Amino acid sequence: MLTLLFVVSVIGFFTINAQLNMDERGIDFGFGFLNQESSFDVQFSLIEYDGSHSYAKAYLVGLLNTILVSVLGIIFCTIIGVIVGVARLSPNYLIRNTAAWYVEFFRNVPLLLQIFFWYYAALRALPLPENTEPLFGVTYLTVKGYYIPRLIWENFDILLYSILAAIISIVVIKNYAKKLQEEKGQQLPVFLISVGLLLLFPAITFVTGMVQLKVALPVLKQLSKTSFIYADGISVPPELLALVLALSLYTATFVAECVRAGIQGISKGQKEAAASVGLTPNQILKLVIMPQALRIIIPPTTNQYLNLTKNSSLAAAIAYPDLVLVFAGTALMQTGRAIEIVSITMLTYLTLSLAISLLMNWYNKKIAIKEK
Amino acid sequence: MNNINVLKPRRENFQTYLYVGSGLIFVSIFDVILRSFFSLNFSSFLPGILNLFFPLIIGLVGLQMIRLEYSGNRIVDKINESVNNNTFNAGLTLLIIFLTLLATPPALNWMIFDATISGDTKEACVGSEGACWTYIKVWFRRFMYGMYPNEFHWRINTAFMILIGFAFVGYFMRGKLKNYITFYYAIFYPIIAFIIINFLISGGSFGLEWVETNAWGGLSLTFIVSFFGLIFCFPLGMILALGRRSELPVIRYISIGYIEFWRGVPLITVLFMSSVMFPMFLPSDAFVDKLIRVIAAIILFEAAYVAEVIRGGLQALPRGQYDAAKSLGMGYWRMQIFVILPQALKLVIPGIANTFLALVKDTPLIFVVGLSEVVGMLQMAKTNPKWLGFAMEGYIFASILFWAICYAMSKYSQYLELKYKTER
Repeated sequence: MLTLLFVVSVIGFFTINAQLNMDERGIDFGFGFLNQESSFDVQFSLIEYDGSHSYAKAYLVGLLNTILVSVLGIIFCTIIGVIVGVARLSPNYLIRNTAAWYVEFFRNVPLLLQIFFWYYAALRALPLPENTEPLFGVTYLTVKGYYIPRLIWENFDILLYSILAAIISIVVIKNYAKKLQEEKGQQLPVFLISVGLLLLFPAITFVTGMVQLKVALPVLKQLSKTSFIYADGISVPPELLALVLALSLYTATFVAECVRAGIQGISKGQKEAAASVGLTPNQILKLVIMPQALRIIIPPTTNQYLNLTKNSSLAAAIAYPDLVLVFAGTALMQTGRAIEIVSITMLTYLTLSLAISLLMNWYNKKIAIKEK
Repeated sequence: MNNINVLKPRRENFQTYLYVGSGLIFVSIFDVILRSFFSLNFSSFLPGILNLFFPLIIGLVGLQMIRLEYSGNRIVDKINESVNNNTFNAGLTLLIIFLTLLATPPALNWMIFDATISGDTKEACVGSEGACWTYIKVWFRRFMYGMYPNEFHWRINTAFMILIGFAFVGYFMRGKLKNYITFYYAIFYPIIAFIIINFLISGGSFGLEWVETNAWGGLSLTFIVSFFGLIFCFPLGMILALGRRSELPVIRYISIGYIEFWRGVPLITVLFMSSVMFPMFLPSDAFVDKLIRVIAAIILFEAAYVAEVIRGGLQALPRGQYDAAKSLGMGYWRMQIFVILPQALKLVIPGIANTFLALVKDTPLIFVVGLSEVVGMLQMAKTNPKWLGFAMEGYIFASILFWAICYAMSKYSQYLELKYKTER
């Protein structure tokens, strides 16, 4: 009762003060400003945006940029993390220790410092566009960003439908194979069939000419006497590169530790028991080790994904236009609506976090032990 | 298949295989050393790509030839067991060795042989290929103390000395005094620390000149922020953890809401909140210093994480502990303080250490409110027109600094974990 009273009175105190302060400055609380014209530009945006659009649209631009960084970071940190985590258990002394040093070093240096390092020191050492040698033949890694070819699709929706059809038929075949195994004990090479279908269906659409793909290669273009860029391709800004590099290298150390703990958590007896039942090494890994290890690995890894998403807000430090920079930075400076904007930003991150953790909880529940 | 059979050693003539194999490995490593240290390439008669991979191929063949279990030679057995158990591992081993060899000369040249450390101006570094440690030397005091006036640096040093001294007081407490050790660290010590920092570093009285918090910075600010963060977020987290397991629904839901809220938002927005939103919630004539607002935000934020860690420890305790304490007639607080918390905290030492490490690593974020500790000072130094172009040196210096601090902390936590480990 006392606690409740305390909490209520604190909240009440703050509200009254906020009311008084806002009256003084002549602003009233409300979200109407979201429809006003924003009149600022954003460097990098996934959707069409310029100064004439509303603040709500600016918010969307920032949100999409945040999600882009987080998704890229999650993909890369998972790849690096799994490799390093497995490498830490390698029988090879050198590999094991290299992986251990990587983890020890990258997890003990502040993320902000790493982002600054990549952005201001490492990526600044890259050559100017006009002196750049192509990487993999068609991409250009320059100080102004990473230029990659743009894919131009015609009738992209048909391709999507074909992939969808492939997925549906795979599900059907999987069920059929399961039934076949339960009834007659026969096994179908489901994996091979699925890969084949996934390749076959889109291939048909290409061959029949329903879908066409053109590739626009980056071409060097002179803007002024000394300034060059690559036009026509997609340009990945250096801010995004630095951010994804730093985020994935930093978070990968934590993912690697989760993976290591998960694999070490499976007792040797499990493997031996599976082998004595007559399973092949591949089957042991797929049917015995992985399902159990994943159960240990997933919950802490989810936490790391959440951390990565939240850490992506450090983008503001190197002026990558994410939610914090665009909305809590520029928009707040222009409108002065501190309470509304900061609370919208916080709620957005809260929602993102809750969404990821719900998704992962659902997946976790799906693979958890079904105890009777 | 024939090829593999030739490479696979047989027990009868293992000596020959051993000599040939180690000869090949030696040649391959020698080739790489020549390439990297003396830029000579004696296999240059080979065509393009073969030349590049020559050492790798030779080395692989060599390792293949000495791979034999229980060969009778202890060194060979050791090598086979640790780095050469199959072709894939052998290849990776060679790659790691070669890359290290190739990276060593340029790295050494840059960091030591071509580096400059003499002089006091940028001119000392002009024309040299290597790192400019002069830059670090000149800016060292800034990185340590920020914009704090040079002639007052002794005040920061003395304050830290006194704080460290007081921290060791608990170590000498004996007998009856020892019962108050927790009380001392939880309540008395923070108050002493605040008083010392307020009067000595901030100044303003006793004839010491006032230095405003905007001028504070560098590593000392990192220490101040993380010190107060650590001291205050721990008790708050403990209360929240107990609250989350409380039987009173009101307290439980308030704790859950608090914890989940702070864990769901990034620290940077919390700092934003403390700098732009928090002043709106205070009476307009009230003024709270920027540094205090930032530290308060960090405490509120980290307390949620500490609470979750401690909750893990509380949940791991067997029910019997609670029942036993209750059956002795202990009340709630006595039970928690004397039976439950000491055991629970012991269990979660690694988790708490991780949270504290995260706190230290998060301190650079205070740049968003305009305070600059080490990383912030680096950014400032980097844009100084007299010292442009030495970003790399600064970042390497700061990484080593932070790495050393965090590594020491994690090692200390491992030591504590071992020390307080009790058999069950």
